[in-house]
Amino acid sequence: MVAKDHNAILLHAVDEAAVRAGLSIGLPLANARAICPELTVYDADPAADLKTLNDIADWCDRFTPLVALDPPYGLFLDITGCAHLFGGERALLQIVINALSRRGFAVSAAIAGTSIAARTLTRTASGQIIADGAEAEAVGPLPVSALGADPAVTTGLRRAGLKTVGDVASRAPHEISARFGSAFTTLLGHALGQGDAPISPRKPLPDYIVEKRFPEPIATDTVIALTLSSLAKTLVAAMDKQGKGARQLEASFFRTDGAVRAIMVETGRPVTRPEMIDRLFRERLDALNDPLDPGFGFDLIRLAAGRTEIVVQQQRDLDSTVHDNDEISALIDRIAARIGGKRVVVHLPLESHIPERSALALPAQYHLTAASAAAWPERVAGEPPLRPLRLFERPEPIKVPFASVPDGPPHQFTWRRALHAVVRVEGPERIAMEWWKQDGAALTRDYFRVEDAEGQRFWIFRDGLYESELRDEEGRPLPANWYVHGLFA
Amino acid sequence: MNGARTGTLASLRGSIARIEAPSEAAMPNRIALGHTSADAMLRGGLAPAALHEVFAAGHQGGAATGFIAGLAGRISARKPLVWVRQDFSDRENGALSMCGLAELGLDPRLLVTVRAADVDSGLRTAADALACDALGAVVLEIWGHARQLDLVASRKLTLAAQASGVTALLLRIAATPIPSTAETRWIVRAAHSPPGNAASGWGAPRFEAELVRNRHGPVGRWIMEWKCHECQFSEPSAYPQPVAAAPAHRPHQAQARAGHRLAS
Repeated sequence: MVAKDHNAILLHAVDEAAVRAGLSIGLPLANARAICPELTVYDADPAADLKTLNDIADWCDRFTPLVALDPPYGLFLDITGCAHLFGGERALLQIVINALSRRGFAVSAAIAGTSIAARTLTRTASGQIIADGAEAEAVGPLPVSALGADPAVTTGLRRAGLKTVGDVASRAPHEISARFGSAFTTLLGHALGQGDAPISPRKPLPDYIVEKRFPEPIATDTVIALTLSSLAKTLVAAMDKQGKGARQLEASFFRTDGAVRAIMVETGRPVTRPEMIDRLFRERLDALNDPLDPGFGFDLIRLAAGRTEIVVQQQRDLDSTVHDNDEISALIDRIAARIGGKRVVVHLPLESHIPERSALALPAQYHLTAASAAAWPERVAGEPPLRPLRLFERPEPIKVPFASVPDGPPHQFTWRRALHAVVRVEGPERIAMEWWKQDGAALTRDYFRVEDAEGQRFWIFRDGLYESELRDEEGRPLPANWYVHGLFA
Repeated sequence: MNGARTGTLASLRGSIARIEAPSEAAMPNRIALGHTSADAMLRGGLAPAALHEVFAAGHQGGAATGFIAGLAGRISARKPLVWVRQDFSDRENGALSMCGLAELGLDPRLLVTVRAADVDSGLRTAADALACDALGAVVLEIWGHARQLDLVASRKLTLAAQASGVTALLLRIAATPIPSTAETRWIVRAAHSPPGNAASGWGAPRFEAELVRNRHGPVGRWIMEWKCHECQFSEPSAYPQPVAAAPAHRPHQAQARAGHRLAS
């Protein structure tokens, strides 16, 4: 593997045969070719490497929910309280090493009390398990390069004659800090088991997890559906004990070949019924663009409640509004599960005179209550509608041949290649742009409500004021642009 | 003996007839539009728990949207309304403006909008929403010719509406009517404001609504005015004479009638 670094092509990664031939990482490609002319060279692809690492991390999710990336090629798994599920630490380590080696990866794994100690151990030998408190002994004889510190620090330590971690540890910490910085001292302390650096897991820890493992991989839809509904029952029972309901659910399907597919469903209010969970996932699975591909089958299905809330039991009113609200939010959840939460919206008023900014469409799942209590401007009694029923998101340009007076309404206009003769006009209604928000780029609009010969009613405007705004740099008047912005009923 | 048998037969026939055709008596209360002669033609108003279609004449999306918003306002009263809309319809005809809806006398707080990516997902969502009996009405807005919107699809919508009692309203813009199981079908275009000079105000929204299909009665054509404040239709005020049909729309209408005959 080669990569370009500062215009030099350097070796990025080497395999075992290359190491035997005397090549090492960081060597220029030309030198490497001189040492070993029959070298096979590939371009390094860091993005693909990271993706592979992420895929492996996905697969590792089956062991513990706390998996952290340690780029470029490391993973931390926090197995506190998980190891016994797999027959102890030794067995768990063996499972991981075997499974990954079978897929052609070179694995070096270790278990230790702190993440840094474990990482240091993997740099030299694989398969070690260090009991709590024994880190210093185990790490001591290892070379300083195993610590994974900054290359400059490692070189500096070697030059100072400190070859092993033990050598460094034997020095007083203040000497090391003074020479190599406190970050390195902290790293050293962690490697020796004195305090631990928290790992940053890829995903937040879900509140509840239930899962089902299969000795034989399953592949049929029926079994998958049955498994999901039985998992939903277990999950709800667990949540019910603490009076909680799920706002966000994630089903993960672990395929035998290591691929993992996670499907997430969000709800507007806490779900407390297994049938509802079941139904939401059925909708979601039905609507997937790339359907769930079981391949050779799934050997683990997991259902996790990512976010939960305490459920407030509501008294059923006689007028059944509570019941109705429940039904509507359930409907919104179902539709959102299938076509996406952003496609189901409610509308909230905004304080703005600009027509296209006077309303805000927000996901109904989260804003249903706010929308039902929103205060919309009152209509003026006795007036015909002052605002169009359909509003174009961006106003459409129209051709206006002439206007009788420069700032008057047009007599006719062409919109979408059709000519409309104006027979009736109301206006102008002048709407100034929000000059306190923009830097004066937007022009004042003069809106007219016009009716054409067929009776269609349009909302058109002229962008800019004659005399003051529509002028070029030399003060000559510019022609105005006209737009149709909406259609009245 | 013979009399008893005839009586049994008659009662059985009666119950079969009731099952086969939901009779007027079994129908839930009809919702009056407010326009006297149209209501008379519709035997009291629009039937709830059924499918009603509104076609925009030509590409006049604005008037048809206003008309269907009026129908939805009449039917759903104070209950929530779900409006399922195709993305393409937004671009072609503009999005539904909440201020405009409020100006027509409807309540934007009761509206949930679903933006469907295509006709299939729109149909599916509408059918789903129709199953929820807490809603007042479901409006499905589809732009252009939709192959998916065939007899089967409209039958599904009708059945869903019947089962839950929620009324389905189908808004079609830039489409020609095809056979369907709709209870009524309307073709709507904008009507002129009352005559006056160019500077006089234009008054309440006016529609020229043509009822081209009515499963349980005759068809007709009226000029309707929407009273925003009372939230109902009415006869046009101060309209001197009925407007004659514009000859430009003849071929369009002939097609519509052919479709109507096929379906009934």
